[in-house]
Amino acid sequence: MTANALNVAERPAWRQALSRENIVSTLFAGYVPMILALLVVALPLLWMVVASFKPISEIVTMDPSLLPKNPTLENYGAVADRVPLARVFLNSVVVTFIGAAIKVFLAITTAYALVFIEVPYRNAIFLGILVALMVPPEAAMLPNFLSISAIGGRDTLWGIILPGLGTAFGTFMLRQQFKTLPAELMEAAELDGAGHWRRLWQIVAPVSLPTIATVALVIIVNEWNNFLWPLVIIDSPDKMTLPVGLNLLRSIETQTGSYGVLMAGAVIVIAPVLIVFAALQRYIVAGLTQGAVK
Amino acid sequence: MSVVSKRDRRVKRSRNYFWFIVFAGPNIALILAYIYYPLLANLYFSTLDWRLGARTARFVGADNYIEFFSSRSGVEVWRVTIIFTLATVIGSMVLGLLMALVLNRAIPGRTAARTAIFSPYVLSGVGVGLIWSFIFDPRIGVLSHFLQLFGRQSPEWFLDRNLALVMVILVYIWKNLGYCAVIYLAGLQSIPQDLLEAAAIDGAGPIRRFFTVILPLLSPTVFFLSIAMVLSSMQAFDILRIMTPTGNGTNSIVFEIYLQSFGTYQRAGYAAAISVVLFVALFVITAIQMRFVERKVHYA
Repeated sequence: MTANALNVAERPAWRQALSRENIVSTLFAGYVPMILALLVVALPLLWMVVASFKPISEIVTMDPSLLPKNPTLENYGAVADRVPLARVFLNSVVVTFIGAAIKVFLAITTAYALVFIEVPYRNAIFLGILVALMVPPEAAMLPNFLSISAIGGRDTLWGIILPGLGTAFGTFMLRQQFKTLPAELMEAAELDGAGHWRRLWQIVAPVSLPTIATVALVIIVNEWNNFLWPLVIIDSPDKMTLPVGLNLLRSIETQTGSYGVLMAGAVIVIAPVLIVFAALQRYIVAGLTQGAVK
Repeated sequence: MSVVSKRDRRVKRSRNYFWFIVFAGPNIALILAYIYYPLLANLYFSTLDWRLGARTARFVGADNYIEFFSSRSGVEVWRVTIIFTLATVIGSMVLGLLMALVLNRAIPGRTAARTAIFSPYVLSGVGVGLIWSFIFDPRIGVLSHFLQLFGRQSPEWFLDRNLALVMVILVYIWKNLGYCAVIYLAGLQSIPQDLLEAAAIDGAGPIRRFFTVILPLLSPTVFFLSIAMVLSSMQAFDILRIMTPTGNGTNSIVFEIYLQSFGTYQRAGYAAAISVVLFVALFVITAIQMRFVERKVHYA
């Protein structure tokens, strides 16, 4: 009896959802524009992947095919031939992860100090960090080039990493998060006699892990893609990061037929970020859109 | 008793100083050395006629600034920066809004679609520039094949100064519109559904509803996005450098700083003056944003 009544009540909504009118409107007003939007984004990326597997004869053609007829890896080989690819890839990994690790560490300790260690003028110090957030790195490029060169950092990996280590973005994000932690949490730890170091790593950092992950991912993606500063400070190919190496590749490969090689290079710099993004998009989108959603 | 507690407090305070310096000191030192010091150094360099790496420099006062605001090449940088910024901001915000409206329907698969549309925003500008160089290639690019279907020749995107600027604008819009769409979606989802239903009952059609209900309620989002996009467009570099390596009608302000200091001329003094102008411009825009966001928070 009750089951029957439920069925009767449910049927209209169920029917409505599958009514012809609704299906048509979902298809044409919902899926068709959505697929169009997806194609705009995906087609250039797919074209990159496809072209990277095409031999030169299929790149220089009046009649390009959607898929490579004779798929080949020779473009990737050519990239490795022109630039020390393994080395450059490794440089990118080293710069990205060491730089990001130090940055995140400093952001955590700085944010902790700003929130939990009482010293006079700490809000003024925070304001100073906030102002640093507004300084475009490009505006600091020339003096930094001179200071890093002066201490021997030109054409070295640490020369790429060092000037970017002071982090205003991470400090700002983590300070916001730490401020939301309940005071009782810290009072209990203080009664236990835990010092600041232990309080940070045993209480504050573990409960803030999602925010820390967000900050870390945003920093990692930015470091990986960073182009202008490494371009300025690095001269020799075996010290280059991927974006700088690709810039070199572009200046060597100037004939029209070399696009297959350039697409292979683009795949190498883009694919890792796409994979990480697909797996952890929730954190990355949250971190990059922070501030908009108040 | 009170003496003890006073001493305790003093000990605690000096201990706090110690820990504060251990925790925040390195970061603050780095920010001072590599963010604040360059600002001051630029101010000084900008008064010099100085080649990068030269031992001597000549004091020229405000000449570098005057040159940037009045010389032909300086005004050209302004023209390119303003056109590039306006076009990319308006383009990605309008298209981003359209995408957001499309994705705002509660249909299966839209979360995945949203992720996919956001993805170009996180990709390397160098990689993106390479992809689009291939697509725009007047001889073997997909675009030229596409135009040939309609019996049209591909224009010379890379040689014509105006078309080169149009090209990098289109690519920059492509890279950023997903970001705009996701921010808009957050704004759209905060619009109360009953407001839209009430408007529909009153007989307002979808277009009317959009302009009288959705857009006004979206105005804080529009404001935030326009500032964020202006800031990012004014700092554009990667795509410009990869698609037009020496600048061809695409010398936007950051590209010009790079070309002036590390290109053929190595005019460090002049580049420093442009850096100062860039900093002041971005600082003013951010300050405007903070002021208005503050206000919004107070009234809300």
